[in-house]
Order: sequence, then structure tokens, then C-alpha cells
Amino acid sequence: MQLTVITSITGVLVLVYILELLRRQQLREKYAAIWLGIGLVVAPLGFVPRVLDSTARRLGIASGVSLVLFAGFVLVLLVCLHLSWEASRLEAETRTLSEEVALLRAHLVAHHGYPEPRPQAQVEGSVDSEVGA
Amino acid sequence: MDGRKILVILPAWNEAEGLPGILGEIRSQLPGVDTLVVDDGSTDRTAEVAAAAGSAVARLPYNLGVGGAMRLGYRYAHLHGYDVAIQIDSDGQHDPSYVPLLLEKLNEADLVIGARFDGEGDYKVRGPRKWAMGLLSTVLSRITRTRLTDTTSGFRACNRKLIEFFATWYPVEYLGDTVESMVGAARCGFTVRQVPVAMRERTTGRPSASPFKAMIYLARAGLVLLLAMIRRMPDNLRAIAESKDESPVRELALKG
Repeated sequence: MQLTVITSITGVLVLVYILELLRRQQLREKYAAIWLGIGLVVAPLGFVPRVLDSTARRLGIASGVSLVLFAGFVLVLLVCLHLSWEASRLEAETRTLSEEVALLRAHLVAHHGYPEPRPQAQVEGSVDSEVGA
Repeated sequence: MDGRKILVILPAWNEAEGLPGILGEIRSQLPGVDTLVVDDGSTDRTAEVAAAAGSAVARLPYNLGVGGAMRLGYRYAHLHGYDVAIQIDSDGQHDPSYVPLLLEKLNEADLVIGARFDGEGDYKVRGPRKWAMGLLSTVLSRITRTRLTDTTSGFRACNRKLIEFFATWYPVEYLGDTVESMVGAARCGFTVRQVPVAMRERTTGRPSASPFKAMIYLARAGLVLLLAMIRRMPDNLRAIAESKDESPVRELALKG
């Protein structure tokens, strides 16, 4: 009985949190769909954790709880992988953007007098003395 | 210089100390060559010093690493229609007087590496770092079908077609600016050659000599090599490599 209390409370809390994030527009739709789906599966399972027992036994797993644990672990793994992929993509995008900014700034400095910090005093060992060869 | 429009790209991260010297050398020894200092998110006066020395400067808003700085350099070279792009470290370890040698070799290759351990100079390494360099040299020599002795050298020249290629694709990860970029270019059909050069003591910064770090270097080099070999090259890159218009001028047969 105690198990059901813990799992049901957790399930409901997770679902409420997801809905709240969605309501505040903190989650993009593409993630929203995944998490809403997960929430809608997890919350009812919390109330009846034994409902999967027969399915689990048919798959050769001792109990439904183990099956949920296993499925949950695989899911979390996949979500992590997805986030790594997203982070790689975002890094590539910000890299391209920063290069673009640098190119634009170089052009503006060279041709349109875009303000650029200039050295106040002449730098020691400046090139001017070494040229002329 | 010999009718070609040449750009020297110097990736610089907090190199305000070394830059004026190397820029001065380039100006006096390689007249008519343009320079671009890529300020890779420096916190010192790198960009100001470079501009004061008369070089073009491109400032990245934050640090991307050598690979990121170099792709920006190649994009700049491609945008401004340069025929040749030469990469030189801004810490002063590469001697600009070798540049004409690299340029000459560029007549028979798309990418020319200025390499140590090939007769010139007396630089020595030992232990795991030597093994790592040996592994890289062996594998990359096989991939590029030429003898390479210093695959991690950041002293290199490339022609117009390779500028376009590198402006589109230049790996930013560890060893990506040297090893992976070379493997990618070779796998897409570009020719790689090396010329022997002597490297100088760095004027700023120092190489690490810890054997533990050298072991990690060996492991990472192996991983980078593996990834570089199995990564799929996008079709648009292969298209650049296969386009005919800007193939290197092959004058060698004429010279006999």
C-alpha cells in the first residue's frame, strides 16, 4: 500500500509540473509533446503500479515495477542523448553566428568607421620601427 | 606576391605580447601579403595591438578555440577572394621566411604543411607524446598517401579550392584544427604535401612536459583519429572538392 502512495504522489507531481511549465511557455512544443506523453503514462501507473505485472511476466521480468524501472531508465538515457545532440547542434549554430558577427564587425571597422577600441599609447616594440626592410 | 592574392591568418588568443613581432616579420619578409589576426575572444589587448600593427582584425565575441578562429579566417579569405591562405601561429614559433617554400610546394598540392622532424631544426620529443605523434604520422601518411612527419603543425598553406572547403567545414574540437581537418580534406580528395621547416622557441607560452598529460594526449589523439576516419563527410563538401574550376596550377611537369 505504501508503495502506491509514493508512486501516485510522484506521478501526479510530475504531471502537474509539466503542465505548469507548458502553461508558462517555458517548454517548446517539440519537448512538450514528449513530456506530456510521459506524464500521462506515469501518473496513472503511480496509482496502480501492479497493473503491468502480467505484461512483465510475459516478457520474462519478475514484476511490473521492475519493468517500469527498466523502461524508465531507457527513456532517461534516450532523453539525455537527445539533449547532447541538441547541445551539439546549438553550439554549431552559435559558432556560425559568432563568426558572422566577427566578419560583419571587421567589415564595418574597415569601411564604415565602426568604433573599435584603439591603443591609447604606442605599444612597446611596435612594428613601425621594424618595417622599412 | 607572384600574382597570387595571399592572406596570412593568425589565430590569436591573448597574444598581445607576441603579435607585434611576428606581424613585423611578416611585413618585412613577405611584402604584398595581407594579414588577418583572428582575435579568439582575448581578454588582453590582442585586437588593439594587431590593428596598431596594421593588420586586419576579426574579433570573435567569445573563445571558440583554434578551429573556430581558423574557420572564421577561411571564411574571410573566401569572402575577399584570396587565392592562398597561410596559417601562422601568433606565438612566434613559425618563421615567416619559410612561407615562400610553402607557396612553391602549393603548385603541386592543395594543402602544404610546414613540418618539423624532416631534417630541418633540432626539436626533440620522448615517451607517450612521441608515440602519439608517431601514431598520427603513420596513420595520416597512409590516408594522404605521402610522408608526413608533423601532423599537428599549425603552419600550413592552402589554395583557393581548399579555402572554400575549409570556409564551409573546419572542425572546432580538440586536434580538429590540425589532424581532423587534414583527414577530412584528404578523404574528400585534396592532395597534402609537407615541406621541412625549423620551428623556433615560442616567444610566449610553454609546451607541457608532464608524462601524465602526454598519456592523455595519446588517448585523445587516438579518439580524434578514429572519429575523423568514421565521420561521414557531407555531400556539399565533396561537391566543392570535385569542382574543376580552381584546381592547383600543376607546373611541375613544365619545369621538368
